[in-house]
Amino acid sequence: MNAPVLEPALRHTTLDHLDWLESEAIYILREVAGQCSNPALLFSGGKDSIVLLRLAEKAFRPGRFPFPLLHIDTGHNYSEVIDFRDARACELNERLIVRSVESSMARGTVRLKSADESRNKHQSVTLLEAIEEFGFDACIGGARRDEEKARAKERIFSFRDEFGGWDPKNQRPELWNLFNARVHKGENIRAFPISNWTELDVWQYIAREGLALPSIYFAHVRPVIRKGGLLQPVTELTPARDGDVVEQLRVRFRTVGDITCTAPVESDADTVHKIIAETATSTITERGATRLDDHASEAAMEQRKKEGYF
Amino acid sequence: MSAIEHIPEFGSRVDNGLLRFLTCGSVDDGKSTLIGRLLYDTKAILADTLHAIEKTSARRGMEAVDLSLLTDGLQAEREQGITIDVAYRYFSTGRRKYIIADAPGHEQYTRNMVTAASTANLAIILIDARKGVLTQTRRHSYLAHLVGIPHLLVAVNKMDLVGYDRTVFERIRLEYLAFARQLGIKDVRFIPLSALNGDMLVDRGENLGWYKGPTLIDILESAPAAHSESDERFRFPVQYVCRPQKADDPLLHDYRGFMGRVESGEIAVGDEIVVLPSERRSRIKDIQIGGRTLPRAVAEQSVTLLLEDEIDISRGDMIVRANDKKLCPGAPASGTVSTRTALATRRIDAMLCWLGESPLDARRKYLIRQTTRDARALLDGISYRLDINSLQQVAAEGIGMNDIARVAFKLAQPLVVDRYVENRATGAFIVIDESTNNTVGAGMIL
Repeated sequence: MNAPVLEPALRHTTLDHLDWLESEAIYILREVAGQCSNPALLFSGGKDSIVLLRLAEKAFRPGRFPFPLLHIDTGHNYSEVIDFRDARACELNERLIVRSVESSMARGTVRLKSADESRNKHQSVTLLEAIEEFGFDACIGGARRDEEKARAKERIFSFRDEFGGWDPKNQRPELWNLFNARVHKGENIRAFPISNWTELDVWQYIAREGLALPSIYFAHVRPVIRKGGLLQPVTELTPARDGDVVEQLRVRFRTVGDITCTAPVESDADTVHKIIAETATSTITERGATRLDDHASEAAMEQRKKEGYF
Repeated sequence: MSAIEHIPEFGSRVDNGLLRFLTCGSVDDGKSTLIGRLLYDTKAILADTLHAIEKTSARRGMEAVDLSLLTDGLQAEREQGITIDVAYRYFSTGRRKYIIADAPGHEQYTRNMVTAASTANLAIILIDARKGVLTQTRRHSYLAHLVGIPHLLVAVNKMDLVGYDRTVFERIRLEYLAFARQLGIKDVRFIPLSALNGDMLVDRGENLGWYKGPTLIDILESAPAAHSESDERFRFPVQYVCRPQKADDPLLHDYRGFMGRVESGEIAVGDEIVVLPSERRSRIKDIQIGGRTLPRAVAEQSVTLLLEDEIDISRGDMIVRANDKKLCPGAPASGTVSTRTALATRRIDAMLCWLGESPLDARRKYLIRQTTRDARALLDGISYRLDINSLQQVAAEGIGMNDIARVAFKLAQPLVVDRYVENRATGAFIVIDESTNNTVGAGMIL
């Protein structure tokens, strides 16, 4: 029964892979809108959430988005990204809610172990506070399953208990396209419309849609220090210490998160097409190259997610 | 020819879309190694990931890098040393994107296998060449068939451990075929492999010269995409209604867009449609997405439909083509009903896989979700339970986790359904326990 020659049985109606992913994401966004009474879309100004906004435009225009945009700001973001965030929300004429980790620190709900501790993991506290403040029953995020091991089994509609916790053993089976976003009061759903996308898919989509991005995604010269195989940017928050060798390198960011835990990579790619070429031949995963916080332990992400991290 | 001679690049005209497939088998069959090898040989594994598993392999005292560690997921599983949940993996050949649903093979995890199978269009069934067709093989094949995966690929792995002996492969092939015929499985292919050495996965290798068929990746590259093989009827469950009602914009004042995804078939501007279950008729005035107007929409496309007439439609309604369906309201969903009939029904017969930890409680009302519609449901009888190992029908009083049974439900509200064998999207449902909101069952309408 093994035919030596195979005829590709593909009809002209088959969607190409970006169309398929886009269509699935639109479907997921509309399910959130159809099933949840008070959702929010997490928008940071990063590339994955920029893609989410384009998908939301495709899903809901000419109507308004059936949810506000929400950013949990660590206060340690690059100003280019924050400016981009505000400009984009304004351009879309959608409501942007910003809640900051610094406010949680002022309230005393976030206590840093030391002044220079990364605030990244403390975003969870501020996010849960925002969820409670606004009564959100769902948060839409741009996480992808290819980012990290602990995410490979993440559901597209991921259930979080009253404490915002993610219990890997207590997730709802997800069959066909039948998503279950039902929650009791206090619980909520994290919905991930681009779960099935890879980093390359995201870049290909950005190119196809001609999406604007914060400038730091593209190659630029920046002072950095080489540390443990990663490049640490020299900034006011992360100044050079005695003995550090500061180099002026041409770099770009593959992810833009908290300044204290996001590292750029050496690159000459100053256009989306050059980034795609680099991504297609890259030998280091996105998180491996850029996330200073995931290096701590293999189970780092899983642990943070259990605590309510996105 | 290697499938990865093209690296994925922007602007490439060759894009055969996406294929979702399932791998079933246990760790012992070399399933994790097979997936690891596929990812590795298609260059989906990057240096830091590889470095991490090299370290782990060394720590566990292994001589070579254990590619199965690539699919080694959560802390809880690492502690138990088994896979307890469905994991999704991605790779691309530049011509096609693949989503692997990796289902664990252990007996107690029928529900995971059904979950993984529900979105797959092809299943790779792994057999250990030394062991041949096992009970587990039959179970996996039956479940793949039950969940409607149209293409099965039997991978006879560990050929290196039987000296790459052709007669071993042929014996397994014949034994499997006899069993597949009993089940009514139509499309099945066979391939001999050594996942460990990479023979016949992406590269042909040196050891299986007698096998003239395509490699595993060649089979995947040319496997039919979902919805590509038959003329399906148009089904459009409405997800969301867009009514911008902008008083200052006359164009949007009366705008009513019905948003959803084409679950099957296709539709064009001008086509006459019927809304179910109300049976109101109209015509397609426009098909839009992202500010663009399309002449037609095809399966798996998310679009917004605008109709000629102002009729009341809300989430949960289904739009079908007027000349596609023979409406039989109230008719039973099985038995004598002609094929290709979407019908509104208050009773469904189904094969049900129970996923919940508490058994199905016949006294309680559950919520059934099918397409974008919900209905309260009450069990109306269990015909039989299927013994998943012997594949025999056995009498059953109740249904517990991982059981598969033929059941009937009475519904408080009508659902618009197709038979699952004719339409996987409109024939499928999940059962929700309203006290916990958990998804506790998965059903396929007969």
